[in-house]
Amino acid sequence: MNYALLVLASPFSGTGSLTAARFAEAALGRGHHIARVFFLDQGVGAGMATAVSPQGEADPVARWADLAARHDLELVLCVSSALKRGLLDDTEAARYEREAHTVHPAFEIGGLGLLVEATAQADRVVTFGGSA
Amino acid sequence: MSAPSVLLVTRHAPYGASLARSALDAALAAAAFDRPPTLLFLGDGVLQLLPGQDASGIGTRSHRRVLDSLPLYGIDTLYVDSQALAGHDLTAADLPPGARPVDDAAIRALLAGHDHILGF
Repeated sequence: MNYALLVLASPFSGTGSLTAARFAEAALGRGHHIARVFFLDQGVGAGMATAVSPQGEADPVARWADLAARHDLELVLCVSSALKRGLLDDTEAARYEREAHTVHPAFEIGGLGLLVEATAQADRVVTFGGSA
Repeated sequence: MSAPSVLLVTRHAPYGASLARSALDAALAAAAFDRPPTLLFLGDGVLQLLPGQDASGIGTRSHRRVLDSLPLYGIDTLYVDSQALAGHDLTAADLPPGARPVDDAAIRALLAGHDHILGF
């Protein structure tokens, strides 16, 4: 089965982002394919390289990065959600003249078209929802 | 193979969080790629449809104005949870032109009748 994941849940509040990472791990472990994980809205926090988790608590950024490294998983942060939250890669940091790049290298920044494309190509799309 | 049908479900009020706006952004992006999704407003999501929204005081754009631009992108029909409308004391007169109130059975049919569901 070919999956696409949409992660709206913040990695810093609740369990949605962690559940998404666990789902991805389980699906890949059973031989399924994950075309793309698209992070939107508060979900983009998963790519924040500068986040520091308290000792004894899960480190969601490291978990996603580790998953991507082991399975060659494509992790995409929605560009507009990312920029307004201070999540910048080298290109965006240069474009907007900010001093730091803050996106973990396991993630890339991309437009919503990548969600549209992944949705069109996947057998299943699973949303890990946000809360207001 | 034809493109899979997509139902986008939006369940949150317009200004308390950015989630409702993100749902519309996703819908507009899909429409811009010639894959307009079906939109379903559930629960507090029906508050997004209120007329006369003035968001200037909170430094953001009117959600209703974004909604009103949807027909330009080929999204003409907005399915709206009729029970939630009644719960918020809203009537059809408050809603945008393309809004169509639906009961629970019709909501079930929408959920069952699409290939993919994106839940905001």
